[in-house]
Amino acid sequence: MITFRLNTHSGVPPYLQIVQQVRHALQVGILQAGDKLPTVKEVVAHVPINPNTVFKAYRELEGEGLVQPRAGIGTIVLGRPAGPPPAEQAVLAAELAVWVQRARTAGMHDDAIEALLQAVVHRKEDV
Amino acid sequence: MNKVQNAVQTDQLGKQYGSFWALKDCSITVPEGSISALVGPNGAGKTTLLKLLVGLNKPSAGSSMVLGKTPEQGVDFLSDVGYLAQEVPLYRQFSAQAHIAMGARLNSRWDAAYATKRLNDLRIPLDRSVAKLSGGQRAQVVLALALAKRPRLLLLDEPVAALDPLARVEFLSSLAQAVAEAEGSLTVLMSSHLLADLERVSDHVIILAEAKTQLCDSIDHVLQTHRLLVGPRTEERNDAYTVVQATHTGRQSTLMVRLNQPHFKDSHWQIHEPSIEEIVLAYMGQGQLEREMLVKGGTR
Repeated sequence: MITFRLNTHSGVPPYLQIVQQVRHALQVGILQAGDKLPTVKEVVAHVPINPNTVFKAYRELEGEGLVQPRAGIGTIVLGRPAGPPPAEQAVLAAELAVWVQRARTAGMHDDAIEALLQAVVHRKEDV
Repeated sequence: MNKVQNAVQTDQLGKQYGSFWALKDCSITVPEGSISALVGPNGAGKTTLLKLLVGLNKPSAGSSMVLGKTPEQGVDFLSDVGYLAQEVPLYRQFSAQAHIAMGARLNSRWDAAYATKRLNDLRIPLDRSVAKLSGGQRAQVVLALALAKRPRLLLLDEPVAALDPLARVEFLSSLAQAVAEAEGSLTVLMSSHLLADLERVSDHVIILAEAKTQLCDSIDHVLQTHRLLVGPRTEERNDAYTVVQATHTGRQSTLMVRLNQPHFKDSHWQIHEPSIEEIVLAYMGQGQLEREMLVKGGTR
């Protein structure tokens, strides 16, 4: 079972934060096919968050084919989100780590590295 | 798509005291099943609006529909509406149990077992006089009493203002659980000037400032349509957005904008995604700006 966090200081809509946390848990293997997501009541009892927000997040995940609600059981995880398999992701992560090390050696602070990464990711959207 | 019903709908609602408008041109909707936050600075008209919605005030202008009816102080209307005024309405020498028993005599519909279970779950002593409970526990007693009525709409006026941070989180969690249990049949409209707490549990926000509605929308949509632009100083206008608040220094301009189109890119600006708190503050600041301009205009 996973728990959710809510960052109210980010501009990311709360439902999207939950979607991202589930996707992330699936990517790294914290959640696996067949696992059950906490019910809305369980989530709400743990963190003060709007129940509709949790419903909306689960609906979004259902639309992506990652989870499925089953009557009487709850919301069941179906599989991993689209994207390369973990092995390939590990390779990509290793390559990025090399680059990050180069940037640090060149004298960049971590804040600046994150800002640069964001700028590049957003530049891609322009194309 | 399901048709979303509105638990509350007002049309240019206004309340005038003498020559002073405590609330003006207030047009809002509160979707059924939502937890809506009513935010605004002190004196923005939040309490006035809530009192109009529960029928404790008569409007001077406009109209409102609450659960499909015009608000009035009658049993037919009030049996579906719970209202918690700012002052915690408890008899200090009575225990929670005595309050529950009293509620049963005063209300046609009353779920005493539900109130008792809620308080037991929270480990709040039922037999102690409420004067001896902590502020957070008293707030939970009041909430349990309001919910025992099994209302379809709960209007809360500053329910967490007097509570410490932990008690606030517990209260809001308790409220969110009640809404989850009701599965869409309970709507909450809650006023506060404490933004950080409300944005956690609300899915809809209404901003009142200067006695007027500044914004009434779902929180997701508000976040999607607002951006903070930072760049070299400019007074230029752009059709792509509407400026909510602008701050200029000698060289730099910072704009809080509402986007008029879904995707906005402009190499002129650094574009940030603001938090709901930043957005709300910008709208409140806007009201203040207008007032300052009015004052200046008046003295000329």
